[in-house]
Amino acid sequence: MKNWFRSGSPWIWMTGGAVSISLIAVLGLLMLIAWRGLTYFWPSAIHEFNVQLEDGSSRTIIGEIYDREVVPIQRLLEAGVKIDPTLETVERILVKTGNREYVDLDFSWLLGPAITEQSTPAAVAVFERFNNGNFYGYPVAIEEDGVKKTLTSAAQLDALIDRAVALNDKAQDLQKGDISSVNYELERIRLKLRSYELKDELTSEIEAKYSKISAGLRAEYQIDEAQLFSYRDQANRDAVIVKDMRGEEVRIPLSNVLDVTYPNDMSIVSKIGHWFGNMGSFITSDPREANTEGGVFPAIFGTIFMVMLMAVIVTPLGVVAAIYLHEYAPKNGLTKMIRIAVINLAGVPSIVYGVFGLGFFVYMLGGSIDELFYPESSPSPVFGSPGVLWSALTLAILTLPVVIVSTEEGLSRIPTSLRQGSLALGATKFETLWRIIVPMASPAIMTGLILAVARAAGEVAPLMLVGVVKLAPTLPVDMNFPYIHVERKFMHLGFHIYDVGFQSPNVEAARPLVYATSFLLVTVIIGLNLTAIGVRNHLREKFKNLEL
Amino acid sequence: MAEQFSLTIAGSRKRLLKDKLAEYGIKMGGGVVLMTLLLIFFYLLYVVYPVFESAKVESKAQYSQSFAGKTYALAMEEQNEIAYRYSDLGINFFNTMDPSVALMQYALPQQAASFGLSGPTSSAVVFGLNDGHAIVAAADFDITYPNDVRLITPQIEFPFGQQPIEIDSQGQTLKNIAIEVEGENAAIVAVTADNRGVLLRYVAEENFMTEELEWSSERIELPSMPMDIDQVLLTPNFRFIFMRSGNKLSIYDIRDTDDISIVEVLDINEHQQNVTHVALLTGASSLLVGNDNGVVSQWFEVAKDGERKFTKIRQFDAKSSVTDITIEYSRKGFMTVGADNSLSIFHTTGETTLLHQDLKMGSLQHVAISPRANAFMVESEQGIGFYKLTNEHPEVTWSALWQEVWYEGYPEPDYVWQSTSASDDFEAKLSLVPITFGTIKAAFYAMLFAVPIAVAGAIYTAYFMNSGLRKVIKPTVEIMEALPTVILGFLAGLWLAPFVEMHLPGVMMIAVLLPFSAVLVAAIWHFLPQSFVNRVPEGAHVIILLPVLLLVGYLSVLASPLVEDLVFDGDARAYINDIFGFDQRNSLIVGIAMGFAVIPTIFSIAEDAIFSVPKHLTQGSLALGATSWQTLVKVVLLTASPGIFSAVMMGLGRAVGETMIVLMATGNTPVMDFNIFSGMRTLAANIAVEMPESEVGSSHYRVLFLAAFVLFVLTFIFNTIAEFVRQRLREKYSAI
Repeated sequence: MKNWFRSGSPWIWMTGGAVSISLIAVLGLLMLIAWRGLTYFWPSAIHEFNVQLEDGSSRTIIGEIYDREVVPIQRLLEAGVKIDPTLETVERILVKTGNREYVDLDFSWLLGPAITEQSTPAAVAVFERFNNGNFYGYPVAIEEDGVKKTLTSAAQLDALIDRAVALNDKAQDLQKGDISSVNYELERIRLKLRSYELKDELTSEIEAKYSKISAGLRAEYQIDEAQLFSYRDQANRDAVIVKDMRGEEVRIPLSNVLDVTYPNDMSIVSKIGHWFGNMGSFITSDPREANTEGGVFPAIFGTIFMVMLMAVIVTPLGVVAAIYLHEYAPKNGLTKMIRIAVINLAGVPSIVYGVFGLGFFVYMLGGSIDELFYPESSPSPVFGSPGVLWSALTLAILTLPVVIVSTEEGLSRIPTSLRQGSLALGATKFETLWRIIVPMASPAIMTGLILAVARAAGEVAPLMLVGVVKLAPTLPVDMNFPYIHVERKFMHLGFHIYDVGFQSPNVEAARPLVYATSFLLVTVIIGLNLTAIGVRNHLREKFKNLEL
Repeated sequence: MAEQFSLTIAGSRKRLLKDKLAEYGIKMGGGVVLMTLLLIFFYLLYVVYPVFESAKVESKAQYSQSFAGKTYALAMEEQNEIAYRYSDLGINFFNTMDPSVALMQYALPQQAASFGLSGPTSSAVVFGLNDGHAIVAAADFDITYPNDVRLITPQIEFPFGQQPIEIDSQGQTLKNIAIEVEGENAAIVAVTADNRGVLLRYVAEENFMTEELEWSSERIELPSMPMDIDQVLLTPNFRFIFMRSGNKLSIYDIRDTDDISIVEVLDINEHQQNVTHVALLTGASSLLVGNDNGVVSQWFEVAKDGERKFTKIRQFDAKSSVTDITIEYSRKGFMTVGADNSLSIFHTTGETTLLHQDLKMGSLQHVAISPRANAFMVESEQGIGFYKLTNEHPEVTWSALWQEVWYEGYPEPDYVWQSTSASDDFEAKLSLVPITFGTIKAAFYAMLFAVPIAVAGAIYTAYFMNSGLRKVIKPTVEIMEALPTVILGFLAGLWLAPFVEMHLPGVMMIAVLLPFSAVLVAAIWHFLPQSFVNRVPEGAHVIILLPVLLLVGYLSVLASPLVEDLVFDGDARAYINDIFGFDQRNSLIVGIAMGFAVIPTIFSIAEDAIFSVPKHLTQGSLALGATSWQTLVKVVLLTASPGIFSAVMMGLGRAVGETMIVLMATGNTPVMDFNIFSGMRTLAANIAVEMPESEVGSSHYRVLFLAAFVLFVLTFIFNTIAEFVRQRLREKYSAI
């Protein structure tokens, strides 16, 4: 035995165990996110429970099974639950009961022994609503244009819902399109007048001209508004009567209904269809209910826009710096120190960059820009408050070392013989760089850029200081001149996760959505990283051949 | 090189010009980028620097103006345009630009005998008259903007009416008087010529019709009055009356007007010195006592052995006998004038002397500070002088940031971070110690978890694993580095924390059983027939262990409720809470989550270092008969140890600065204990939480920048050491 220990074999096994643990951690983590994220879209079965209450009466609970856990009986007894104390452990089921405005809590814990009956009736419908989350119940009747009719087929209800949804869409398009651009124009006119006023050039002529324009805009607004109200009224026409788990009939106006499904009555094929449909609408629709329901489109858009802006800034800067360090800087101690410093900057905590960005970009640079160019909008800041431009700049500085290091590595992999050959043929140093070196290093630059983008897409801490918000009313790109608004605040997937998971009023209800968002973000980032690794390996192979 | 080419391609000047231009362009671009990176350092420093500047005084104007009557006190309004003076004849306002222009005056019906000034939140003053009556007045300013120019008009209000109010029914001269008005409460306390104390306690009620306050009062005679009273003070919270007679201070508790008594009599003088003046600090918790040797001591109530007693906390040195003490309006600072014609400025929390300067104005009599603390005025025998004061951040000092400070109301000196509060007269507690401690604690537990796994994993991957497997496993672990920390934090906070709380015994069992099970498998392996063992490829331990470890983990979790019943009386959480204290989001969770974030960093660098140990070293060792484990320990690890060290440093740098995981996986309470089951607040998380709410340019803002600077420097040092060691190692390898 002593010899066995001395041979080191157990220690080898233990080091092997460390690798196994790391692997379990990585794969387990990814699988957990994937599983939880993807099941969010699955139309899960709706259960109907009959529960025996403590006082002997029974109650019906309808809802989705959300979570199950096994609890030691001791803990329940301490919490004052009356239960058979001879049991060791008890299974608890967390049921999402929805119907938020009619019950105190839209989640309830059911104890295993208390459940007397459990079924999945086919007729149960799930109403996805604009407000107050899901509604579970049995649809019994519809109210079409004030006339109450018993519900004969699901198609009847579907047709009415489609009509209401189409009207809602129209209303929303109008509100986001014409009405918002009218408001935007009016605000611009106000600022223009104010700027004339500040310059002391405001004449009655100018005033008359603008007041005429704004009068026209206001008239337009009146028309749009009337149209909007008419859409809303029309959408409000119908309603559905649903029997909920208390056995009461509840009237739900169809203008509040997005979709109705009967998950217990679905075949596997239609479930898969719904699964994909849900995923699609998650990616393309706006969030609702303080971000805890609906999609994440603005967050996806904001993340991509910010990252693209950052890439535009960081690529030339990083490449030029790398070329300088590798091709032009003298090979001495100072250059070496600079190189170490650059590498180290990649390890500086991201929050420090955030603090720098807030102080330097937002307050100092942005404040000066406002003073110089936007005196008319004072005291409300334009560039002097956090925004997408400052976020992109901050992250550009944060990811600069990544691009520099990667590009330099690419440059150093290019054999010197190539440079010498080019120079010997009479090309200038710049021509050599431009025609030979940079094209050959471009995969390395690409790698650096992808890694930078992947890092930037997942970074949250600095963005919390320099531009991210939980709910941005407008996207940074829209149909109003000048179309791209880099001073606006934006939404971000990573911040969305933090905000919904930790700062929303109903964390329990929002959790699956956070998993889905996490899955989306992880997929994007891992995908980017794998691409970067692929590009790098390809590059290495390529130059291996060159050197031979 | 360019010169040589110019011989051969002299014709194409354009190309050479382009080459030169590009060279300058790239050099400049590269320079600018590197400067930008340098800029971060200097910008942080630039924002932090003003915090450590001492106060500066700049003389604005001096006038040899003299006024009629005896000055009681001076004051300035917020914009520093108008100053005013309380004297025994009344109140007169004058312009700070030209004091000879009297703006407004209020003349008392008769010469006052005494005067009292309320605390800084109210502008009420009281004049005690010779017939037992008093007049309460309040200076107020009306700001209007006719033609876009600011115009400040002084006004005088009489909250209790313009007619003198009766304080003493016997009509004696009021020798000393004090007042306090706070919203719907007010009190006046006076000492008569025949040494009786009278307290008038007012309570107001708002009239529904006129929305005016209607006051009703109660008159109480104070019991057991001390003799020869020099000063009377009243706290703005209507709790205490302080009566100073010489070096003795008698403290009355007046919270219950039916039961007023002296609760304490203190000797407040310094040893063998005499008290010259006492004053209340803003917020009224602290008493400042000036002595004739220049020492100013701060006293406040401290709870000790279940009793609250006034205790001397700290002292300041004004170098000469203190003749007057003036307090700042909204901060815990104060100014004194001394017998040596000097002015001193102090701050209590920072425990600093910010200024001690002879103003060259002769003997100073009174000093008044502007409400915004950016100007002050003095009256001396030579006239009056106005000064600009630059004293932005008196509360931030080295000792306030890094040493124990005895804050008002605390039983003992302590390290506290509490930057904001709802009340105005709040003493900001900006000690960086608890959050630095939290940073170290979080990093420590993360490293405790990460270093063994990452280094052991790196050893195995680099040394024992076959190259095919290594090509798969290394990138898999490294991909974890790319995972956004917000996701790790979210999982830690919302999935891991409840899981660990539910299965606490199981998690503890996993920590113990996993290494054991690895050894157990090794032992079983040892006794398996050699023919079978040989058939398994080298370096497959990982694959064999994978299911074993998963099973052990699963069984531990499954057995968790049983163990909980047997060992922890059925509820592990409560059991631990009784002994150590337990938060759901605790250091264990942070350790695991941040450990996962750090493992790939350490793993990757350490693995590189071990892998690139020259092969002939290991082969030589093996050829001399050493086992592969001996070779590993005696040759490989020894050679690669600087690389492993640098990997750990890199990991530490990352753990120190990690924000989102700590933010989401702990409760972010700045506590100072090393308990693994309690939370912490780190420098980085603190910045993320408080920065968006902090006011630009305030002390709080600058201290947060200082926190960022500390983080920057810390991680930069860690990384530089690591990088330096790594470069040295690379050179060493290439030399072998």
